[in-house]
Amino acid sequence: MLRAKRMTSVELTKHFLARNKEVDGDLHAFLNVGETAALKQAEEADARMADGISPLVGIPYAAKDNIMISGYQATAGSRILENYVAPYDASAIRKLKLSSPVLLGKTNLDEFAMGSSTENSAYGPSKNPYDTSRVPGGSSGGSAVAVASGQALFALGTDTGGSVRQPASFCGIVGLKPTYGRVSRYGLIALGSSLDQLGVLTKTVEDSAIVFQQVAGQDEYDTTTLPKEVPDYSKFLKEDVKGMKVGVPREYFQEGMDPEVRAIIDASVRKFQELGATVEEMSLPHSEFSLPAYYIIMPVEVSANLSRFDGVRYGLSVPGATLEETYYKTRSQGFGKEPQRRIMIGAYASSAGYFDAYYKKAKLAQDLIRRDFTEAFKKYDILLTPTCPTPAFKFGEKAADPLSMYLADIYTVGLNIAGVPGISVPAGMTKAGLPVGLQIIAHHFKEENLFWAGHAFERAMNLNLKPAPNGGAK
Amino acid sequence: MSISIEEVDRIAKLARLTFSPEEKQKLQTEMSAILDYVDQLKKVEGMAASPADSEGLNLMRDDVAEMPIEPEEFLNQAPAREGRYLKVKSILE
Repeated sequence: MLRAKRMTSVELTKHFLARNKEVDGDLHAFLNVGETAALKQAEEADARMADGISPLVGIPYAAKDNIMISGYQATAGSRILENYVAPYDASAIRKLKLSSPVLLGKTNLDEFAMGSSTENSAYGPSKNPYDTSRVPGGSSGGSAVAVASGQALFALGTDTGGSVRQPASFCGIVGLKPTYGRVSRYGLIALGSSLDQLGVLTKTVEDSAIVFQQVAGQDEYDTTTLPKEVPDYSKFLKEDVKGMKVGVPREYFQEGMDPEVRAIIDASVRKFQELGATVEEMSLPHSEFSLPAYYIIMPVEVSANLSRFDGVRYGLSVPGATLEETYYKTRSQGFGKEPQRRIMIGAYASSAGYFDAYYKKAKLAQDLIRRDFTEAFKKYDILLTPTCPTPAFKFGEKAADPLSMYLADIYTVGLNIAGVPGISVPAGMTKAGLPVGLQIIAHHFKEENLFWAGHAFERAMNLNLKPAPNGGAK
Repeated sequence: MSISIEEVDRIAKLARLTFSPEEKQKLQTEMSAILDYVDQLKKVEGMAASPADSEGLNLMRDDVAEMPIEPEEFLNQAPAREGRYLKVKSILE
């Protein structure tokens, strides 16, 4: 990338650091910027530039603050990890470092990735660069803002129920959630371990494929990653979709959908027909169970995953008169409202007498949902849906009612339940100037179909969305 | 489905969390609303369970001890330690 532009990584990194100083006081994409470390990495990258090792050499990027990077903070957006410094690299970071990209800093998120707006961050929300009175989406909101406002060329996020795709949709960029088992989760601060995946946020589908190429593949530290070959994704970036079979699930076009979103997605579906695809309406009959199943499976896993925060081994420790009191004080002061709520729901649903009524039913629903997708992909190469039912909402609009916030994930969460990959690609703008994303879904381990469809669609639309020059001067 | 304040207390104890009386009331309302919502899952009762579509692979790695990170790196994160041990309040009377 850089060699073609005849620019050094140091020059490019300085440009992004300056951009950060210019706009991030208002937007708050970053929780931490490591200027000195970034410039040092850029110098090292410049020395490696001639090797031609990877298109990512010297490219400045940002990572969500729930991803472990040795020597950097990893707060997960929580007070309970306020002073925590990661002692090792996540496996995805270890792989990425082989390409010598430049880490600019760590980005904001809803606490422990629990939320759809960044309003649950213990360090204050990030703002949408298209309209700073609106949320950027979440939980990877900081990563989405960093890319959308030109503060990084790509960013890493995590997606458990929509946390990469939804902010990508709200901020007019591309957000990829890979197949469960395609990218190692080792070194990600866990939310729902059976649902979490590392994701990639970029300006274009091609960039998404380039970054994903570097992080995909089996990892011996995560036994849920599968030993499947990773194809050369650049070969799938074609201009047309001739012969592609496209399904449009009617369950994803129901009540609660903004009419402008509906019109933009309908036009996107027509665009696929124009480009040579065969498009059919179809059904994923058990879709209605996705969100209810998610709000059992995820909190049950949360209550187990967050039990490790006890004030004994690392993170915040608020001493009490007894060890038990230390647990109570640390957890009650360290966790914000949303993690506490989810721990409570999860502890309830997995407690004696309730497990069969909730968790077992949720797992049955999961089987039914997964089967819907598996059946669909016997017939279709991809499915098209809106990423979200609405464009970015206002700060405070959903914050008081947890359930209304949960519904922001209604179209994204089914993919996590089924384990299939999806990508959100910009599809248009509302009259008020807010981006809307199209979600493309593919079969397990068929990310190449997302890049094929996404790239052809992006080229045909030629939208080139850009926020206000000062990133939210509006 | 609404849950009682006593149940909120019981769960809070399991989760090692403390709440003020106001917080408990709010949680009671919010948890009841969320549980009402997930109650839709009742409808899956009796629907045929499919055998899981996953490939059913068991992946193991060789049981070889490694030390990719120095133990000091981890021990240094602890709020209180003594030598190579983590220090906590006494548990047994």
